[in-house]
Amino acid sequence: MNAFSKGLKTGIPIGLGYFAVAFSLGIAAASAGLTPFQGFLTSAVMNASAGENAAFIAMKESVPYLQMALITAVSNIRYVLMSFALSQKIDPKAKMIHRFLLGFFLTDEYFALAISQDPYCDPYFSYGAISFAAPCWALGTALGILMGNILPPRVVSALSVALFGMFLAIIIPPAKTSRPILILIILSFVSSFLLSRFTSLSQSTITIILTIVISSLGALLFPVKGGDHGS
Amino acid sequence: MDRNFYIYLLVMGVTVFAIRVLPLTLIRRPIRNRFIRDFLYYVPYVTLSIMTFPAIIDATSNPLAGLFALMAGIIAAYKEMGLFKVTLVCCFSVLILEFLL
Repeated sequence: MNAFSKGLKTGIPIGLGYFAVAFSLGIAAASAGLTPFQGFLTSAVMNASAGENAAFIAMKESVPYLQMALITAVSNIRYVLMSFALSQKIDPKAKMIHRFLLGFFLTDEYFALAISQDPYCDPYFSYGAISFAAPCWALGTALGILMGNILPPRVVSALSVALFGMFLAIIIPPAKTSRPILILIILSFVSSFLLSRFTSLSQSTITIILTIVISSLGALLFPVKGGDHGS
Repeated sequence: MDRNFYIYLLVMGVTVFAIRVLPLTLIRRPIRNRFIRDFLYYVPYVTLSIMTFPAIIDATSNPLAGLFALMAGIIAAYKEMGLFKVTLVCCFSVLILEFLL
């Protein structure tokens, strides 16, 4: 099986998860007054769950354009870190167009796919996954606006954990052999839980702060032995 | 919405594109600084962990179902069942538990 077909197969669970999330996002978009076409367009351009949700709320409030730029920057700032990390996973000899495309489609899930490959990610594997999952995302948003609560809540509930299942499949296997990764995962779970329950910080702010603090802590306490970066 | 949707989308699109693409295109050589390399090595695991918990228990209609899916997902991932199967295990855990509760 070539890289594109393999990616396409891996893109199926991502697409299903995206569809459920996008569908509920469509309901938020509808309350901001977007048409199904506008919702489709927003999702096709943005590919961001938290970012789009924040933007739909801002549209509903008719914020100034400059403030929209600020909201977009803050709610998507974690992609700066991911983009930096991904820059190390792309073959320095790869064509520039791959950097633009992988950057344009940089989401949590496509990022997880790209960094799970060694030493460099194969862009065509990502394109395979994107070619199935990205349309699911955009269509899900449009359908959410169009049909509101047509899926039974139980099905939405079950579909919504698909993304997390994928995250677990990425982070758990390396934790079996790397004690630092195991410790950082536990630390992340605990501190993310505490901040979300006992502060009024938004999920996106928590993600930014904890990513910087815990990853720095990891780099200071557990230096990676030479050549073990997979990059 | 009192303002123009398409101007909003343009502003959003340009901002998010800059955030995602600039670091990727400006940094084309391997980073030599040890701290930055190690920091970036850990970022994905940390970010994905933070976004998984407690979000997974907030995503389901019943938090217990989310917790059950988390446990089942960790076991399935520990057994290296692969992306697709781990995802299915999580979804079915929720379906089953929310059916029982």
